[in-house]
Amino acid sequence: MIPAAAFLAVAATLFALGVLAFFVKRDLLTQFLAVEVMLNAANLAFLALAKASLKAEAQAMVIFVLTVAAAEAVVGLAIVLLVFRRRKTIRTEDLSGLKG
Amino acid sequence: MAWVLFGILSFLCLGAVAAMIVSSNQAHNALLLVLAFACLGGLFGLLDAPFAAAVQVIIYAGAIMILFLFAIMMVDLKAGLPPERRRYVLVLAGLLGAVLLAELLIVIRRAFLGAGGPGPADGQGPAGIGHLLFTRYLYPFEITSLLLVAALVGAMALADKPGRKEAS
Repeated sequence: MIPAAAFLAVAATLFALGVLAFFVKRDLLTQFLAVEVMLNAANLAFLALAKASLKAEAQAMVIFVLTVAAAEAVVGLAIVLLVFRRRKTIRTEDLSGLKG
Repeated sequence: MAWVLFGILSFLCLGAVAAMIVSSNQAHNALLLVLAFACLGGLFGLLDAPFAAAVQVIIYAGAIMILFLFAIMMVDLKAGLPPERRRYVLVLAGLLGAVLLAELLIVIRRAFLGAGGPGPADGQGPAGIGHLLFTRYLYPFEITSLLLVAALVGAMALADKPGRKEAS
């Protein structure tokens, strides 16, 4: 029997790695993947607590998180493709048009 | 046994994400994340959430990551692997295929002999989740369906080629 704390520790590490990847990587697509990692860490935490509290609510939440993640991926990838089509690059250093 | 599985799965999952931070090849990054999400599916299974585990593997490791791979192919077209590595890839693919076949055979054997493990606790299985979704969470459920339609239409509007004549 594995305690929920162990799963929560994995979820926290995963989330931290996702944040790290988001800030370290320098292209839009990989940063997007890092966001997905963070969402998955949240899912893992939800399920760990679901098991600890013996409630199915958290599993329903996981379904919602998944749906939102899918919608976000679709729109986000469309935007990334649009940026690539206009600027011919997805490296964030080259996309500094909004810098003051 | 559960601890061993937990250790292997969480190590693979965290290791894949860490490797993604180090690697600079976008296609490799996406494939590493497929591995990470598949391992997360295994962790979900360890948490007595088989439905979430199946959804994780099918939708996340399957559908969403395929979407990412398509986007990567469209954005960054690089030359294929060098020829000397193709043989190694072939061996790897054959090995994975054999593992998949073995898994399927085990599942079929179990389906016919009917030796299932203990199911999830009462109200925690797919039936319980479905009941919750259509009773207490009906409102959020409908809103998510609207969100999906909005995302679909938005993505089509965004990905439209510029300068094309409006129909009508």
